[in-house]
Parts: sequence; structure tokens; C-alpha cells
Amino acid sequence: MISASRRRMLVLYVVVASLLITLGGRLWYIQVMNGTSYVKLASANQTRNIVVPAVRGQILDDVGDPLVTNRTKLVVSVDMMTLSQRKDGGDSVLRRLAPMINLPYDTLKEKVRLCTAKVKQPCWAGSPYQPIPVDENVSDQVALQIMEEQDQFPGVTAQAQGVVTYPMPHGANPAQVLGYLQPATTEQLKKDHLPAGTGYSTADLVGQAGLEEQYNQALTGTTGTDTVSVNAAGDVTGTVGGTAAKPGDNLVTSINSKIQADAQDALNSAIKKAREAGNDANQGAAVVMTTTGRVVAMASYPDYNPSVWTNGLSQSQFDALFGQSDGAPAINWTTQGQYAPGSTWKVTSTAAAVSDGFPLDGQYNCPATVDIGGHTYKNDGEPNQGDMSFAEALIQSCDTVYYNLGYEMWQRDNPHANVVTSASAPVQKMQKEALAWGFGKTTGIDLPEEASGTVPTREWLYYYWKDNAHQGQNWCKYGKADGTYVQQIEYQDCKSGNVWEPGQAAIAAIGQGYDLATPLQLTNAYVALANGGTLYQPRIGQALVSPSGQVVKQITPPVAAHLPASSGFLSYLRSALAGVVTQGTAAGAFSGFPLNKVCVGGKTGTAQVMGKVATSVFASFAPCNDPQYVVVVMIPDSGYGADSSAPAVRQIWDGIYGLEGHQAAVPGGQVPKSLPQIASTGKITAPKGYSG
Amino acid sequence: MSVTQRSYGGGPRPGAFRSRPRSMITRVTSRDSRLRHLDWILIAAVLALCALGVLLVYSATEPSLVQRGANPHTYLDKQAIFVVIGLVMMALVSLVDHRQLRVFAPVVYGAAVLGLLVVLTPLGATVNGAAGWIDLPGGFQIEPSEYAKIALILMTALLFSELREGARDPSAGRPGPSLREVGIVIACGAPLIGLVIIEPALGISMVLVVVLAGMILLSGIQLRWVLILLAVAAAGVIAALSLNLVKGYQLTRFSSFLHPSSDAAGSGYNAIQAKIAIGSGGMFGQGLFHGQSVSGSYVPAQSTDFIFTVAGQELGFVGAVVIVALLGVVVVRALRIATRADDSFGMLVAAGIAIWFLFQAFVNVGMTVGIMPITGLPLPFISYGGSAIFADMIAVGLLLSVHHKRQVFE
Repeated sequence: MISASRRRMLVLYVVVASLLITLGGRLWYIQVMNGTSYVKLASANQTRNIVVPAVRGQILDDVGDPLVTNRTKLVVSVDMMTLSQRKDGGDSVLRRLAPMINLPYDTLKEKVRLCTAKVKQPCWAGSPYQPIPVDENVSDQVALQIMEEQDQFPGVTAQAQGVVTYPMPHGANPAQVLGYLQPATTEQLKKDHLPAGTGYSTADLVGQAGLEEQYNQALTGTTGTDTVSVNAAGDVTGTVGGTAAKPGDNLVTSINSKIQADAQDALNSAIKKAREAGNDANQGAAVVMTTTGRVVAMASYPDYNPSVWTNGLSQSQFDALFGQSDGAPAINWTTQGQYAPGSTWKVTSTAAAVSDGFPLDGQYNCPATVDIGGHTYKNDGEPNQGDMSFAEALIQSCDTVYYNLGYEMWQRDNPHANVVTSASAPVQKMQKEALAWGFGKTTGIDLPEEASGTVPTREWLYYYWKDNAHQGQNWCKYGKADGTYVQQIEYQDCKSGNVWEPGQAAIAAIGQGYDLATPLQLTNAYVALANGGTLYQPRIGQALVSPSGQVVKQITPPVAAHLPASSGFLSYLRSALAGVVTQGTAAGAFSGFPLNKVCVGGKTGTAQVMGKVATSVFASFAPCNDPQYVVVVMIPDSGYGADSSAPAVRQIWDGIYGLEGHQAAVPGGQVPKSLPQIASTGKITAPKGYSG
Repeated sequence: MSVTQRSYGGGPRPGAFRSRPRSMITRVTSRDSRLRHLDWILIAAVLALCALGVLLVYSATEPSLVQRGANPHTYLDKQAIFVVIGLVMMALVSLVDHRQLRVFAPVVYGAAVLGLLVVLTPLGATVNGAAGWIDLPGGFQIEPSEYAKIALILMTALLFSELREGARDPSAGRPGPSLREVGIVIACGAPLIGLVIIEPALGISMVLVVVLAGMILLSGIQLRWVLILLAVAAAGVIAALSLNLVKGYQLTRFSSFLHPSSDAAGSGYNAIQAKIAIGSGGMFGQGLFHGQSVSGSYVPAQSTDFIFTVAGQELGFVGAVVIVALLGVVVVRALRIATRADDSFGMLVAAGIAIWFLFQAFVNVGMTVGIMPITGLPLPFISYGGSAIFADMIAVGLLLSVHHKRQVFE
């Protein structure tokens, strides 16, 4: 053999040895030294966590009838914002998707196009930023395939989504109280500190108003995960483990569906009547509360069917829900409507006068007119009625008695502070009393939206003037000394808007002028009057009950404050208000009412609003000697309290107690004292003695 | 061709074997003592590798077959049959006298070139983007490029030995083949390599190039010619790159091996998944038939080019090293046979086969552990596939033949 070949053969042996050692060393490095980290990678490789959303809890009425029910369906949604950014506008994705959900491509294409003036159904009427549901009941397999092959289906999601239904037992539709579900906004995800991986995404629905928002966390439950093994192609080969989703808790409310339905009917017919009389009357509110601070019914007019939210909202539907011209049905006017309370306010003015030293047993003059601060104020066109007691003044609702009281208290109450130049000016005595009855601030009810109303304190006046003299309404710019009526007022306001004038004090004493209250605030104040002085934070929720029936949390209305009035004085007021119904301003509205069966006390309110028909108010309680409920109806733009609201209130009382041919909503006029029972099977049993 | 005629010059007289025209069959059954002269270590290593291969092919294919509802033994059965047929082929080839091999060399070479031409016609079947297969009736396929390795080795060895023996004055002690001889060898190898590149089967063409280069080196060529050839080769590579002769996907695979995570879902996917599979095997493995990545089909081509990942994951470091060691045994035995061969033809054939197995095994295992680029090369004796197994076994048969010849003349 050739020696060169032999030498080179030896070199080849060395090459063999070194290559073998290289492989061995590399294997040692990968398998032995770094083995554990690769074990982790291998495990992560072949399992996927799939979020299993929890079934949302139900919202029940006080006997266990569901007002909102939820179940989950596997919904395939298409995010057109993602698809439209692709070169072909997502066409290829839709073409792949169509056969998977058994839809012809053309039909799918129609489903995801946006509705416009020219494009009619089928089309997507909702926001283009919202994922568009294209199939609401796909199999697990199809859903998993779509989620696993995200490179094939960008912008397409398949996940279990809650499907909400509204059974409306007995016709009860407290739509604005319940609120609605909409996809969570990024801000909400941030605000609620929702951790990654909880299953929340912008496609997940969260409560966006009402009880759904207030109790969102409890109702949502805890999402679970399904850990499935998948192969490289993304096909699921089995379930490895995971955590089960924990369904959300049920919310038992104190809403009684029958009373709620009665309240809705009463409000609707009152508004219908007011419109027939030629008034605008495009809003209204009726509230029924127990004297322990629980809300039994809460009706806001106009209402709407809440299922409108579930399939994507068109712009016209959105406008209809929130547009003022349609009365904004999405707004809960019981908590967000701010109306002049009118003479119902006189109970706080009486309390203020008595605590300021006016004798309770004194006699007060009720002339036809009074002159205060250069203006003449009339007693609603009534003649001079001479001297009368507070009780008589309430029964007859004599305005001039309260104008005088307001003016006299203004004179005695720190006159130097009335030229208000700072926010720290002391609160007037009259307004202090109104604040103590819960006006001018939110009640703290378990609803996310609530207006605070207005009590014109000096602080409020200061800011009101500061905000509007040279900005906002800009009185000083638009006001004219010799202009129109409105321009003259603006001129005056510019000059002396910061001064708490005697006329303002007088008007404020009869619940007009700057005074504004929500129907709920008025109800809550009358609850305190009726129960002897305890002011509650009203509650709609009674308890959170787990799906297996355990009471997770009892909800009791917290005590907010006690009225600064003796129980004797409150009792005096109540008997005066009983007189309103028997012989006063509401006697006509209640004529023929079986007061011997259920004695009702109440106060009418007819608040004059500039440029509009009066706001009609009636606030009442019953039974007179031991009040159980307070019923309040407020209807702006509808006329006298006795004409519109009082008959509505009468109808509600009829429903609660089963009077005048009505069937009693609750046996013996008693709402259930115990909670409905929820079995672990999900079966709901009404409290004993009650039926759903 | 004159080469064939002259081939008898250096060997025994023609009459020596003409007296046994039915030699193959009679010799297998005869009580001839040649069994004692076989390289049993080589055979044992090959048998062990084949057995492991059958098990690993089964393990790699069973889960997906079960998932598809197919017979889980489909690939197990086929691979076992391939191995048995391969062993028969090995035995038959080992019986062929090396002088007959010289006769066969041009035939094998011609057949290989013809086969490689056929795959480029519509008769060829395309698998994974490469037209490397010829469909046969009955669902069988032939991959001519596998046999091209044998053809190249035989032809190169033949040319070197014939050209040199014909030109040599035995006493002159010429240092090595002339550049002209090397040129002829390269010219004969070029059609094979070129056709395999055209398919394209980059991995196999690399094997061919390396085997050819190795055999040229071992032929005794002077070192300065080696340097010149290297320069020419470098120029060729640059030309291939600049003329876009290399396909885009081939370049991607080459570059992604350096930075696998830069495109984890794309071309780096194989590299990452292979490393994960092997790394997760640890010291002793997850157990045969119990590999996580196997049942999930994470590693592509796991029964063929990436079968080493199954071994790594299921048998661990220990099993992987055993396989590498067994392959090492085969290569070392082949080199030993080459060293002891008593003519340059036998030496070159055995050495060429050693280089083939060494390079192919190193690239295959190397790509699964991330030290070599990913190319489509099977792991000798272990990867699933008839043509590859047959070619490997024929090569072992050639080794035994060379080994035997030496024994006979001892």
C-alpha cells in the first residue's frame, strides 16, 4: 500500500474519534447538564391552557324568580378590525372559516359587513370595534381548532360566552336597574386590576350599568382552565387536567316582580293620562321601598327591552336608548333624574323651622300673597286662609306660610354670610336640614349611577356663580338689563349671582328654585320620616347566594344617619300627612280609597319649572301608624301632584295590599322576610308562603 | 471499455472463478468455512443498530397511527421487512468476489445515473419538495440517490485502482495519482452529484461530495494538488451562491441552524423541537414508547431524518451514546477493513463507505443536537426507509466482501 494513504487513514481514525467525542459531549451538555430545562420546554410544548369562562350568576327577585338568567354557548366571533388590516381584507380567513361553521362564504361575508344606510340586513349593526358573533353554537371541536390554529384564523375567536335572557316574571322589567353586559373596555380591565389569564379580554362581557355592573365581580365567578394535550398540528389529543370554572354567585334582590310590574303599569298609565291632557311627560319614576331601606320596586319611564344589548347595538338603537328626545330609556331616572321636589320638600322645611325655634304648636299666617325682596309670591292662586298650624299648612300645602318661614330664617341666619364670596361660607339652617334628610348628596344605593341632586348651600351657590358668570353659561356675556326675560335674569345673576337672596331662600323652602332631588332621594327621606328617623343607604341586593345554595353574603342596608328630629315631631308630621290624603291636597286623588283597610299618608308636590309644565310629585307611606313601605312617584312635565302622581301611587298601594279589585302582590301586604332557597341542582324555591 | 479488460491484470487468472458459475447460491448453502472469516463485530453492531431502528420507528409512528385509526404496526412491519431484505442483500453482496465487484461497478454507476435521470421525468415522485423517488407498481418507491453513494464509491475506487495500476511501474513508487487521473474521477462523479443536487437532495449531495473528496485524499494524491482542489471547490461554492444555484429553503435551513430561535415557528422550528425532544430525555430517557414529543408529533419527520430525537428522548443520554458508539464501531470496523485491504480498490471502497457512514451519521445526529445544519439525511441503519436501509446493507455487504477477500488470501 501507498504510505500516504496509510498516513491519511490514521488521520481518518483521529477524525472519527474527535467527531464521536463531539457528539457525545454535545449530548451530555443537552441531556444531562440542561435536561431539566428541556423537560420543562417539552411539557409546555404539548399542553395548552384553554380558558373556561364561568357561567354568570343570575339576578333573582325576592321570591326567587329570575330577572336575569345566563347560560354559556360556544360563540365564534370575527374581529373585523384585525381582518381588515390584512392584505386581502381577511377574505382568505373567512373562506377558511366558512366551511368550519357550515356557512356558505357569501352568507358569512354578509354577516360581518357593517350595516350602513345603504347596507341592510343581514349585516352587523353593532360597533365595528366589537367582535362580530357569526356562529352562536359551535361544537367544542370546532372551537378548539379555531383557537389552536390562530395563524390560520387571525382575528377569529371561539369561546364560551354568556347568553343573557330576561324572563320578566309577571311583566316586571326593571331594565335600568339590572343594567346590561358589554365587552370590557381596556380601561375597565385596568381599573378592575384584572390579572392576565382570568379569561377577561375585550371580548368578555362585563356588567356596564346597573346591578350587573355593581355586583359584576360576584356575578362573574372565577374562570377555569382546561389543560389539554395537543400535538404539533394543534389537534387536541386529550385532557390533562385544569381547574373547573366556578360559576358566579346569584344575586337575590329585594325587587318584588309583582309590585315592580304594578309600579311600571301605574307609571305608564299616569304618563299616558298626562300626555292625553296635552303635557310632554316624557320621563317618570316610581320607587317602592320598605321602611327598612330595601328597594321593592324601581320603575323608570320610558323603559326598554334589555335584550337589545345582546346582539350588537346599531347607532339608531343606541341613539334611541340614550337620546333625550326619546326620554333616554337607558337612563335610570329614579336615581339619575333630578327634579324639583316641590311641596314634598315642606317636611324638611318644617323640621328646619322647628329646630330654628319656631314653635310646633304655633299659628302661621297663610295669606294669598307675600312680598319678599321686591317680589310678590302667590299661594298658587288661593285666597287668604288666615292663621293655621304646621299640620294644616302641610295638609293644605300653603306656600305662603313657607315663603315667610324661609324669609324669616334668612333674616335670622347670619346675614353677613349671604354675600357669598367663598366656598367655606357656612351652610344656611334651612339647607342644613335638607342635607340632614339625605338631599344634596347621593344616597349610596347599590347602583353605579346616581345623581346627587341639589341643595343650594352657600358653598354650592359660590361654585355655581363662579362656574357660570364668566364661563359655562356666561351670564355676564349674554345677560342684558333690558333684554328678554331670560337675558334679564342672566344680567341679574351676573351682578349678584353670588348673593344668597331672600327670594331664593323663600323659594327654596317650598322645594323649588335651586332645589333638586332624585326620586330615590325623596323616597329615602320619606323612609326616614316613616320609620322614625333612620336614614338608610338603600339596597336592592339582599344576598349573594352561591350556585350550590350557600348564602355567601347577606346585604343589609347600612344606616347612613339619623334625622335631627325627635320621634314625636316625626309622628306629628306623619299624622299631618295622613290628613293630606283624607282632607288635603290628595283627598280627591284618594277619594273612595279604602283608608279603613290601609291608611295612607302622603304629600303632594307640584313644582313649577320655568318654561315647562309642573313636575308632579307624590310621596307617601303606609300604613299610617306603623309604616311598612314608602311609595314615591315623580313625573316631570305633567302638572299637579294630585293629578298625575297621586293616582299612580294609589294604584301601586292597591297592588301591594290587594285593594280596589287588585290582587295582592304579596300575602298580607308583607314582602318575604326570608330568602328564596337555591338547591345545589339549581332549583329555586320561593320563601314559605310565597310563590313565584 | 478498456478499463474492464485490464482489470484482470493485477488479480488472479480468469479461470480461477470461471469454474464456479453458480457460485452465489451454492456457496451460501455449502459448508464452506467462510462464515468464520466474517467480521462479526461489524455484523453485530449493524444488527444492533437495525434492531434499535425497528423499535424506534415503531415508537415514532405508533401514536399517530393510533390517532388516525390505522394499524399501529404499519411502519414497524415495513421496517422489519426492509431490514430482513437488507440483510439478504448484505449477505448476497458479501459473497460477491471483489473482482466481480469491479465488473459490477460500471453497471451500478450506469444504473444510478439512469435512475437519477428518471426521477427528473414525470415518472419521479415528489416528496417534501424534492423529486427523489421513482414510483414502482405495488406502492413501492425507489430513491436512486441512496444508491448513487454506492455507485460513486465503486466507480471512484475502480477508476483510481485501474488508472493507477495501468499506468504504474510497480518499482517506480510514484507518489500518487496524477491530476489527470483525479480529473477523470471527478468527471465521473460529477454527473451523480449534479443530478442529486438537481433533485434537490442537498444532504445526499453533500455526502457524495465529502465521500469523493475523502477518497481522492486517500488515493495518495499529493498535498499540493489537494490545496489546488480546495481552491477550485471554494470557487465553485461561491459561484453556486452567486448564481443562485442553491435553493432559498436550503440557505434558510443552513442559516437557521445558527440562530434557531430567530424563526421558531418557521425554519428554526425543527431545530428547536429536536433539541427539546433530545434534551428532555435526560440521563436515562423517558422510556421506550413513552416520549412526550413523540406522541404529539412535535418533531417533523421523526421516523426518518429525525429519528435520533426519539432515541434521545426515550432512551436518554445512555441510549443516545450507545447508538453513537455503535455507529462508531461500524465506521471503525470499516476503516480497519480498509487499512487491511490488500489492494487499492478494496481499500478505497471500504474507506469510502467509512467516510459515508461517518459523515452521514455525524450530520444527522449533529443536526438534531444543533451543531449541524438541517439537511435531509437519514441516520444509517436506523431511519425508516427501504432505499436507505438497502443501500446501507449493500455497503456493509461490500465491506464484508472486501474483508473476506483478504481472509481468503491470507
